[in-house]
Amino acid sequence: MTEQDTTQVKNVVPGSFAQLGVTTKYTFLDYLRSRRFFVLLGIDLIISVLLTIVIGYYRPADVLSSSLSFYSSWWGLSTTFVIVLSGIFFGGDAISSEFQNKTGYFTVPNPIRRSSIYLGKWLAALIASTIILGIFAAITIGNGVYYFGLSIPYQFGEALLFSWIYLVTVLGFCFFFSSLFKSSTTSILLTAILLLFGFTLIDAVIVNIVKIEPWFSLTYGAGIISNVLSSPYPPHKTTTTSRFGRGLTTLTSYNATVPEGLLILGVYFIVTIILGLVLFENKDFT
Amino acid sequence: MIILTNPSIEAVNLSKHYNSFLAVSNLSLKIEGSKCVGFLGPNGAGKTTTLKMFTDLIKPSAGEALINGVNVHTNKKKALASVGTLIESPEIYPSLTPREVLMMIAEIRGVPASERSKRVENAVSEIHMEEWIDKRVGKFSKGMKQRINIASAILSDPDVILLDEPTLGLDPRGMSEVRDIVKGLKSKNRLIFMSSHILSEVTDVCDEVAMIDHGKLLAYDTIHNLTGKFSGGGGIAEIGFSRPIGDAQAIKMIQSIQGVTSVEKLDPQNVRINFSGGTEAQERILSDLVAMKLGVISFRRSSLALEEVYLDLIKETV
Repeated sequence: MTEQDTTQVKNVVPGSFAQLGVTTKYTFLDYLRSRRFFVLLGIDLIISVLLTIVIGYYRPADVLSSSLSFYSSWWGLSTTFVIVLSGIFFGGDAISSEFQNKTGYFTVPNPIRRSSIYLGKWLAALIASTIILGIFAAITIGNGVYYFGLSIPYQFGEALLFSWIYLVTVLGFCFFFSSLFKSSTTSILLTAILLLFGFTLIDAVIVNIVKIEPWFSLTYGAGIISNVLSSPYPPHKTTTTSRFGRGLTTLTSYNATVPEGLLILGVYFIVTIILGLVLFENKDFT
Repeated sequence: MIILTNPSIEAVNLSKHYNSFLAVSNLSLKIEGSKCVGFLGPNGAGKTTTLKMFTDLIKPSAGEALINGVNVHTNKKKALASVGTLIESPEIYPSLTPREVLMMIAEIRGVPASERSKRVENAVSEIHMEEWIDKRVGKFSKGMKQRINIASAILSDPDVILLDEPTLGLDPRGMSEVRDIVKGLKSKNRLIFMSSHILSEVTDVCDEVAMIDHGKLLAYDTIHNLTGKFSGGGGIAEIGFSRPIGDAQAIKMIQSIQGVTSVEKLDPQNVRINFSGGTEAQERILSDLVAMKLGVISFRRSSLALEEVYLDLIKETV
């Protein structure tokens, strides 16, 4: 081999974990400066301000009867909406946009595994969404402290933790749908429909028509966020008989237990993150 | 770490099909050494698909894409460790600045931390975008983004550079600058594999060409050998003069030079000649022309010869 035939590799390509960190850092920077981050932050603030004004003005007795019922009404009713919106905003087209907007042509043809790109983007979305959720939690606590002082019920801490776990799962779910399609619009629309209405509708149909527990539903598992803020914790199965017209109708409702809810969220996360990753690993940039 | 290697890319029975459509068919091609190779073919010939298989953008249906002897699909990180790429005018994260996106690429590629800033600034300087280095990419034109993509391809000082129509979307000045950048890259020990539709660009920049159509390799050789084969061992050159050579006498003089087979006047100060023979013949013809004191100021191999080869080969496969 002559000297001319000799080439030197001066750069040492970092490990996949370090590259995942690089992807996270720059994707997070991109998210943080993007319009969608500020829009989501705006929605977050609008919801918080509206709740602050409504509760402050009307002072509903059932909401302000105890600190637990306050956190239950505030956090239990609105946090899943904030989480789902974060998932749609940051995860809805996270992978499909790599194909449609051709940003994947910039990152993929580098000495980096596709899994480092996928997980790096997921982690960046999680950090950005956690900031949004954190701001919402801070405003909730601020209002709670105003009405009830520093006596924050421990159940709120649990609800906060479950909310974050739900956020992790929702982002895994959104990334999976985002990997399924090459069109950003399709993936955003489908995840939005499923998470905002789809699962709730399926739950209602399954429980009332098929009469089984909707253990396969993501939103059913997420019910533990509001359930944990109820004292006592709602029963797993409730059957009520009501009179509709001339006949009696029996209505059954289910509430996921905490272990069951965590299991549902965990399984959803593991399955969707793996499936999404496999799809992204094998999808051609055509 | 020092790796002794001769930069190379190799397609081994490489195929890609989309359902019943065969985009690349059993392509075998080995390119080795420090050179620039043009990759030519009509639209849909399989050029971009081939380049995508060399960069992990597409998985091959069969065969292997090797870079420096390493399979891109089984050992991507090692195979692409010293490869700069520009495939299909990539988009860049719009909220980031050129400095940030290039730092990202530098970090991914393992450019030492102490050198990153300098390398990024040098790359941006090479594409003449110093004043835009801290502006957000989202506001850039297509041509400006393409320059950033070129900076990204050369940032880590790679041994192998894969370019897919690098001048696409650029204005004439930008095209000329990119050609100069590619020529500059050739001066280092690099293998450049570049697809293009612009034959004059390939003639100007490349040493060898690979021609492909319907996913099959038609020819791979030096431009000189290819054009020689198709024009009976000769070539075409364009000659520029400092003053008009209006009279027929001057044309006759040029025609009388040994090896010149025909002369065509393009305009008062430019002629195109067909000649027989190789580089030695070119050298002699140029020397004779200068001796005639007609005011020769340029002598350039014409892309027309390559065009004739291209059209001939493509015609055969239609």
